[in-house]
Amino acid sequence: MTTTIIKTTTRLLAPLILVFGSYIILHGHLTPGGGFQGGAVFASGLILLIVANVRDKVQKLFEKTPLTQLESLGALGFLGIGLLGLMSYTFLKNAIANSGFLFGGTTPQGINPGYLNTGGTLSYLNIFVGTKVLAGLTSIVLIFFLILRRERDEW
Amino acid sequence: MRKALGLFAFLAFVLFLFAATISLRPFGEPPHAEMDSYFIEHAQEEASANNVVTSVVFDYRGFDTLGEATVLFTAVSGVLMALRHYGGKEK
Repeated sequence: MTTTIIKTTTRLLAPLILVFGSYIILHGHLTPGGGFQGGAVFASGLILLIVANVRDKVQKLFEKTPLTQLESLGALGFLGIGLLGLMSYTFLKNAIANSGFLFGGTTPQGINPGYLNTGGTLSYLNIFVGTKVLAGLTSIVLIFFLILRRERDEW
Repeated sequence: MRKALGLFAFLAFVLFLFAATISLRPFGEPPHAEMDSYFIEHAQEEASANNVVTSVVFDYRGFDTLGEATVLFTAVSGVLMALRHYGGKEK
């Protein structure tokens, strides 16, 4: 599936999809979406990059990419942020909100334009879940791609 | 005989559905709204987020999200464990 049309379209679309996925993950506490949805969008961009290239190129590119490690990092980060809440009150308590730390700004009450530096642990959890989802979905599609393309080469 | 029995069961089920539909409450007036109102009024100060849905999913019910993430983790590790042998390094 590596015709010139698909390659050119991918070259135009993939950066936009990746940026849009990062936007959904980072703005999860302000706009619709969040870690799961943004991670799926980001993974679809990476999958487009995978299926629009030949097998050797993909294998060389993703050999050094720590997808499994990113997945584990997301899961452990989620647990770590949850334990951080244990420090103040209960598991997964929003300990960073209104504390002045990074992402710890105070949200004005009522209608406001939405500030990125708010959300407390919500932003961290969004980022960790997004990392986990994008690494997981991409690694599943990558392993199927490698298997199918190898069998086609053998035919 | 079996057809008549089936028709009777179908009619009874339709009647049950109609009764359930008629006894529904009007749209937008749930019987217990205390928790919803609490989330809507306190999400901005407690969870410090404009998006109330995200504050419910990741803060008030974060444990549920932890379970969802674990489901995805288990699925991915199962697929990779079963298929890593075939997709691996050899060309």
